Amino acid sequence: MAEPLLVLDKLSTHYISARGTRVTRAVQDVSLTLDAGQTLGIVGESGSGKTTLALSILRLLPPAARIVSGQLRFDGEDLLAKSPNEMRRIRGKKIAMILQDPMASLNPLFTVGDQVAEPIRVHEGASRRSAWERAKGLLASVRIAAPERRVREHPHEMSGGMRQRIVGAIAISCEPRLLIADEPTTSLDVTIQAQYLRLLREIQQTHGLALIFITHNLGIVARMCDTVAVMYAGRLIESGPVRRIFDQPSHPYTRALLESIPRLTDTDARLTAIDGQPPDPASLPSGCAFHPRCLKALDRCRVEAPPLYTVGPQHSAACWLEEGAPLA
Amino acid sequence: MALLEARSLQKHFPMKRGLFGRDGGSVRAVDDISFDIESGKTLGVVGESGCGKTTTAKLVLNLETPTGGEIRFDGRVLNGLDGDALKSYRRSVQAVFQDPFASLDPRMRVGGIIAEPLTTNEKLSKEEVKRRIDKLLDVVGLPARSASLFPHEFSGGQRQRIAIARSLALSPRIIVLDEPVSALDVSIRAQILNLLRDLQRELGLSYLFIAHDLAAVAHMSHTIAVMYLGKIVEIGDAKVIATNPKHPYTKALFSAALPSHPDERRDEIILAGEVPSPVNPPAGCRFHPRCPVVMERCHSDIPLLQMSDDRRVACHLYSATAG
Repeated sequence: MAEPLLVLDKLSTHYISARGTRVTRAVQDVSLTLDAGQTLGIVGESGSGKTTLALSILRLLPPAARIVSGQLRFDGEDLLAKSPNEMRRIRGKKIAMILQDPMASLNPLFTVGDQVAEPIRVHEGASRRSAWERAKGLLASVRIAAPERRVREHPHEMSGGMRQRIVGAIAISCEPRLLIADEPTTSLDVTIQAQYLRLLREIQQTHGLALIFITHNLGIVARMCDTVAVMYAGRLIESGPVRRIFDQPSHPYTRALLESIPRLTDTDARLTAIDGQPPDPASLPSGCAFHPRCLKALDRCRVEAPPLYTVGPQHSAACWLEEGAPLA
Repeated sequence: MALLEARSLQKHFPMKRGLFGRDGGSVRAVDDISFDIESGKTLGVVGESGCGKTTTAKLVLNLETPTGGEIRFDGRVLNGLDGDALKSYRRSVQAVFQDPFASLDPRMRVGGIIAEPLTTNEKLSKEEVKRRIDKLLDVVGLPARSASLFPHEFSGGQRQRIAIARSLALSPRIIVLDEPVSALDVSIRAQILNLLRDLQRELGLSYLFIAHDLAAVAHMSHTIAVMYLGKIVEIGDAKVIATNPKHPYTKALFSAALPSHPDERRDEIILAGEVPSPVNPPAGCRFHPRCPVVMERCHSDIPLLQMSDDRRVACHLYSATAG
């Protein structure tokens, strides 16, 4: 069987203070795989390490952060062995990322054509003219009307929805194999959000790329993803196929999260709230980091962090309640 | 009689153009809308950015003066109120905003933040103020020692509890909730929504609830009003609107809501184009340029909000003469 497109094996990324005295374990022992053309949702609250995980995959971490252990393989290659120059040739070309605010990621001083053509010129050494021709095609492929005219315009001349499409066009300009979208639809109106998700779907289908959604929104996961990875306090606490996770969540955190969300169809039921708040990544609770909020916590949970157990087909969860199941 | 009644409410913001402030028309943020907020109930307002929901909230809070129509509170018209009557209205209507990191003064202790509305409005002894602070903290589920701490010592959810405690200090009748949970972590949202529902039941509060999370609005509201470009296009019982919308815009809006399960598939209605500018709203029905079922008369005739089955809807598809 072919190797998955992306493999994370016990990856740990820590933030280390300037004097090296304080260590924040932002990502700890995370193992994941993603096949070509598939969509993975990485779900977590603020401080769960989901954004650090995404930046680790791109090796775009801030100076204080280090990937301290584990493996990171993409398309059969060891990304951790790449030099900064080699990584630069991968980012934007093979792995692209769409940042939290698509509106803010365009440069107001350059024309749309320049910005869509830039990655093509940088990565493929194309001439300005041919890169612009491809930019027009890309704009057409994200369904922007009159691309010949639009390439010469600046971002402020376009509506919010069009700017979103342009950011999408830039992301796919070099035909990446993997696209990472970090909280892609925070603060968008529902109709604009729906348009945007549909655009990403279309891009994925026509270009056959793999998608990673970094989000706290389980609705996006339900609509878009094939598999889900739930992060809590830097660790992967549950992962599996999306239907399986929604139907039979195993970890108490995942279960509580799913029950805490209001539903359009059932508005009378009282929401099941999770007590307490997400832990501060700089001072995590002992043992399983979720134990202070967990209704089923055992004595053991306070002292020892549970390993990942296999609880179903491609489904694993890190909880002592699953002890006895084979280790994942 | 409803606790608060808005009738033909209108807010136009004049626009000045050029150096000498030539009249540049006006932004019709809220254009002739009517709604009721019943005692002890929640009115949810949904719509996209620019539909006028925040202006509506400001009108209810009396932070903006309407350019037309009126608001009646407890049967009294708001526009003419002054002095004590106005003061008493302001005490009756409080607000909780989206971002509890911005809405609490970082240099004040929590006790002071909660007591501020009390001490500026009432003459109370120190002991009485302290007693009231303790009570308010208890009501929102925070320990009494919180009073001596600063906001930065609290998490987002706890800060929102502090903001709610402050809004309750003057025993208001209505609380305007403008996106009260969207800045909070997912696992915290249910805590706050539950708290708000409990407080409503215990204190008989009315809410004006504004949020872009449609499921949260449906969960919290008794009545839902759907706004588009300054107009209410559909209003009725929350369950009816959420599960069986009639107006093509409401249908599109709710069809775009994210599912709560991977197998939940809605026939997504994707609207063409974007919300037009409220400066020059389209003639006839304001939704007609984007409407998937637009008819000839929609270009010229403004549809009225009329009863259709169990809700009111402003659409020619359902108007009496259409059929």
